[in-house]
Amino acid sequence: MKRSTWLLALILVPAFACANEGASDWKMQPFHPNLQDKPSQQRGLRLYVNYCMGCHSLKFQRYERTADDLEIPHDLVMANLVFTGQKIGALMTNALPPERAQAWFGAAPPDLTLVAKLRGGEWVYNYLKAFYIDEARPFGVNNKVFPNVAMPDPFLELQGTPVLTCHQDPKLAENGGEQRDPLVPGLKITEEKCGYIDAVEGTGTLTAQEFDQAVYDIVNFLYYVAEPARSERERLGLYVLLFLVVLYVFTALLGREYNKEVH
Amino acid sequence: MQQSPSPSRFPAMWTSFMSWVDRRFPATETFEYHMSKYYAPKNFNFWYYFGVLATVVLVLQLVTGIWLTMSYVPSGDGAFASVEYIMRDVEFGWLLRYLHTTGASAFFVVVYLHMFRGLMYGSYREPRELLWLIGMAIFVAMMAEGFFGYLLPWGNMSWWAAQVIVSLFGAIPVIGADLEQWIRGDFLISEVTLNRFFALHVVALPLVLVMLVFVHIVALHHVGSNNPDGVEIKKHKNADGVPLDGIPFHPYYTIGHDLPGIVLFLIVFCAIVFYLPEMGGYFIEKPNFEEANPLKTPAHIAPVWYYTPFYAMLRAATYPLVGLDAKFWGFVVMAGAIVVPAVLPWLDRSPVKSIRYKGMISKVMLGIFIVSFFILGYLGTIPPSKYATLLAQICTVLYFAYFVLMPWYTRVEKTKPAPDRVTTR
Repeated sequence: MKRSTWLLALILVPAFACANEGASDWKMQPFHPNLQDKPSQQRGLRLYVNYCMGCHSLKFQRYERTADDLEIPHDLVMANLVFTGQKIGALMTNALPPERAQAWFGAAPPDLTLVAKLRGGEWVYNYLKAFYIDEARPFGVNNKVFPNVAMPDPFLELQGTPVLTCHQDPKLAENGGEQRDPLVPGLKITEEKCGYIDAVEGTGTLTAQEFDQAVYDIVNFLYYVAEPARSERERLGLYVLLFLVVLYVFTALLGREYNKEVH
Repeated sequence: MQQSPSPSRFPAMWTSFMSWVDRRFPATETFEYHMSKYYAPKNFNFWYYFGVLATVVLVLQLVTGIWLTMSYVPSGDGAFASVEYIMRDVEFGWLLRYLHTTGASAFFVVVYLHMFRGLMYGSYREPRELLWLIGMAIFVAMMAEGFFGYLLPWGNMSWWAAQVIVSLFGAIPVIGADLEQWIRGDFLISEVTLNRFFALHVVALPLVLVMLVFVHIVALHHVGSNNPDGVEIKKHKNADGVPLDGIPFHPYYTIGHDLPGIVLFLIVFCAIVFYLPEMGGYFIEKPNFEEANPLKTPAHIAPVWYYTPFYAMLRAATYPLVGLDAKFWGFVVMAGAIVVPAVLPWLDRSPVKSIRYKGMISKVMLGIFIVSFFILGYLGTIPPSKYATLLAQICTVLYFAYFVLMPWYTRVEKTKPAPDRVTTR
């Protein structure tokens, strides 16, 4: 093994070591942000303003920037998403006094402008889906990803009542394949696995699939808010690199002319 | 031959303008001394890019730093928000900031490679001892500059990193506690600390750095550049006093060698700025996306990657000695590791300068030194554990062994004869 390979291995070890920390028996579901999906982010903004912003400000981000980047007309934003009497150019703050919030919840709800960078989009996505009913907690809910978090479940209305359930999952063989009953052709052998969260049927306004999409939209929006210039950065970067490559060709050819005179 | 440029190359107006200037200011003379008649060895290789690249990055840091200062607010309440203001509301503010944060890492990359070049080719040897010492002063000033700058975004890692490093001074016997408080200007890292770090970061240390870099170049152009063979080109000159193996720095190195190198560097640099500005948490650490909070310690406090080899050595000292606690000795080991290369000119007793002609022990020792530096750099990024600490202790010993044993191994080993003139490969 070459030394550089060893070094690479050394660098990668902590990356894998950190990947599994946190989460009790919750299996982290992947989250793939999509900044091109404007409708998703628009829905995310609407959900955020209606379900999150009462407690969690976005105090570094402005309505105007958000509207422009998400391609929403200003008047629509003013009419439907600004409830605080602020102007379009204002920061997306709320009226919750941090000291009171501290007293009410035990911890002041953090500003979430940068949460997608601080904790990562995947964490937020899973966290929002991991609330479940737990009467032992002050707000009646607990969270699989952030156990004993001092936050009520904001989505009871949408998701319905989330309860811990067990599912009959296919039993896996040692090679990873699903085990079949040798006597009844095609019948899968199952085993009970717990730790799932399912909404009680008929209690929420969204289906499970719609709720997943709603959470995805919120996190996709938060992913945008954490770095609004990201799309611009990645777009501009291409032109900068192309320019530099062309410039390199010319400077290298020029340099070669000078080098011919040496020796 | 050494006449002023012929009228055919320059318009008459320019020539007469320059002669007006030259009677009042040594413009042409200075240009010739440092550029067009500064003779550099003709056998520079890849490793000779990093000096000029360090200058490029220094200028980049100065320029982006000036523009960042225009929108940054050095206050406890406003600092963190002003950085986000730069990232969102300032036109191309995100670009300025990423250029600056990536520039800080790039500065250390090129300077570490520049120093490694010096170690390989014996660039610290007589008559370049002062050049080397000035370079070491630049390195120390850079580390201080980076440390002060790291507090400014006022993120949680900024606060805790400053807390950890400043508290090291508290380990000094007798005066420690008072010294620590004097550095902070407060009982804990506060706005007072932020303001003085800001002053040091944007005024004092840049001034020191620019002056030191100037002196570094003055010293270099006085003694002349070393080269991969480690032989002096000034020994063989033609009738005009021009070294036979030297070529004018301008244009043969400026345009012929450095310009394409700078563009190549910028390609790599911009790829990072535009596509990996946080470098997975190594350039901008995750806890720094949260405002400084003295009540919330990050799960794992690690400095930015360019300090981690020295941080690992700090943590490697775990034994109290002669009544002083381990933290103090860690501080001594870390400070020692940073400044020990300064004495290299007096440790190297080899009859040859370049690694090309040194013996096997020198090559092995340099290899071990570099490998242990990389391992320490990695260990500094992870939380301490029993085996990590043991490995850090072994690597610390190996790091110092390169220096401490140098007077011995450079004398006893069998060297190859260095050539009289430079070789080109």
